[in-house]
Amino acid sequence: METTAKSFSHKYNWMKEIIIEKLFLLCALLSILTTFGIILILLTETIGFFQEVSLIKFLIGTRWSPLLVPKSFGILPLINGTLIITVGAALVALPLGLASAIYLSEYSSPNVRKIIKPILEILAGIPTVVYGYFALMFITPIIQDLFPNANIFNAVSASIVVGIMILPMVASLCEDAMRGVPQSLREGAYALGSTPLEVCTKVVVPASLSGVLASFILAISRAIGETMAVTIAAGMTPKITLNPLESVQTMTAYIVQVSLGDTPHGTIEYQSIFAVGMTLFTMTLLMNIGSQMLRQKYREVYQ
Amino acid sequence: MKKKLTFRHFKGDLFKILCGISTIIALIVLALLLWDVWNDGHSWINLGFITNFPSRFPERAGIKSAIWGTIWLMILVTLISFPLGIGAAIHLQEYTKKTRLTNIIEINISNLAGVPSIVYGILGLALFVRTLQLDRSILSGALTMSLLILPIIIISSQEAIRAIPTSIREASYALGATKWQTIRNHVLPYALPGILTGNILAISRAIGETAPLIMIGALTFIAFTPISLNDPFTAMPIQIFNWISRPQEEFHFIAAAGIILLLVFLLTMNAAAILIRNKYQKYQKW
Repeated sequence: METTAKSFSHKYNWMKEIIIEKLFLLCALLSILTTFGIILILLTETIGFFQEVSLIKFLIGTRWSPLLVPKSFGILPLINGTLIITVGAALVALPLGLASAIYLSEYSSPNVRKIIKPILEILAGIPTVVYGYFALMFITPIIQDLFPNANIFNAVSASIVVGIMILPMVASLCEDAMRGVPQSLREGAYALGSTPLEVCTKVVVPASLSGVLASFILAISRAIGETMAVTIAAGMTPKITLNPLESVQTMTAYIVQVSLGDTPHGTIEYQSIFAVGMTLFTMTLLMNIGSQMLRQKYREVYQ
Repeated sequence: MKKKLTFRHFKGDLFKILCGISTIIALIVLALLLWDVWNDGHSWINLGFITNFPSRFPERAGIKSAIWGTIWLMILVTLISFPLGIGAAIHLQEYTKKTRLTNIIEINISNLAGVPSIVYGILGLALFVRTLQLDRSILSGALTMSLLILPIIIISSQEAIRAIPTSIREASYALGATKWQTIRNHVLPYALPGILTGNILAISRAIGETAPLIMIGALTFIAFTPISLNDPFTAMPIQIFNWISRPQEEFHFIAAAGIILLLVFLLTMNAAAILIRNKYQKYQKW
């Protein structure tokens, strides 16, 4: 009698173990499902879009006017807008982020680091809509004082805030990479008579280069996908230009613009956000994968 | 020779100062941002602002429905994403040997973490709003946001679980505990502070997100507080965006007031996360 009860409880426990294990597996598989969901949804609507607009015209067309007749779906103006802001953001964030990382990893005392790192975390945690406000209300007036012909919506102020937004990420990832460089390499360089600057530029940065580059790529991909700040600060004018004082429209801002209006399901405008989303997704995915490959390489070196 | 060495040190000092200045720039920008927002908005914060619904008239406009929307979202996203995220993390850390499937799942998760938030908005629009017919409801919003922060939750929970030494698990197995008993009674309690910290930070990211909610069509003019999962809703960042994009200057000040509230919300959560981390880090020395 007692043995049956015991074996029953064993069996019950064993079943429970199996069920729980499968439940956790399901949770993990959900992430794969999400990826498939994203790709499937983007693909189906994009295919619908390309039945009406030719792929070639989409990729090399120089006019984007989906809401005005005659409609034209050439994505180059949106790519131009995205790139001009991304390049500007990179010019702000990459040098500053790398220099901050060098300072935090090589020069600062632990106490200074303890103060600065949380502040960088706060900077990274501020919502993008707040950065948009800051760009429009604080940076744009300054830009207009400096360059009177600047538009109220312009690419410069959007670039600056996006740069500030991705700066903490560059700084913290670069710092991690630099801290991964073994102390013995630095000591070797000092023993040969190097100054701290030379240790930094000739040993630490080259040794952590793949990590640094990985963080750069990741930050740029983040800038490409950034939405609210550029929607608020850069405006809604799709055009091909290299003048950062003009208003431009990014891919993300276009998607927001369409979804703010009442675009009915099944129309070409509705489908166009999926085509633009697909372009955006592909660009960022390729960059993220590239960044991961670089990072894996640097992990291998020092372990 | 000596002159050359002095020059090398001079260059080095210059470089150090430049790096220091770069670091300080980030702090200055943060200070400027907070000062600017405070300056524009603080005089507009009063009881009416918190208890009024949105209005065409600046002096009567309030943020009540947006605050309620955000609280609803917070609770729902927590309920949906915590169990799923922690479950996935337990699976990846405790149950699997390094198989190909685990490897694929891990790479996939870190890629998902890098997908722009607006793409999650597109997913939410097509999947929850259209295909599953959940409409532009608070449930659609919460589901979309949960998918968005799941990768972050999984990655940070995994780190917390990974930090628990194997010896703890082995001791539990040696006493005859099963795998699940070991996880429930030993691994999870020790990993909990780390998991909580990561999850609070992830939730605070969800609260600040605007783009995915705009995609799924959260409205901006909502003159009621949501009472069921199927109600349309608005949230603080969306309301703020709406005020920023209006032409009248008063609404920009109201936007700043909304931003102050939002930042107070977020900073409180971040502070809580940091406190939890610091409190438990002190005691846990393996």
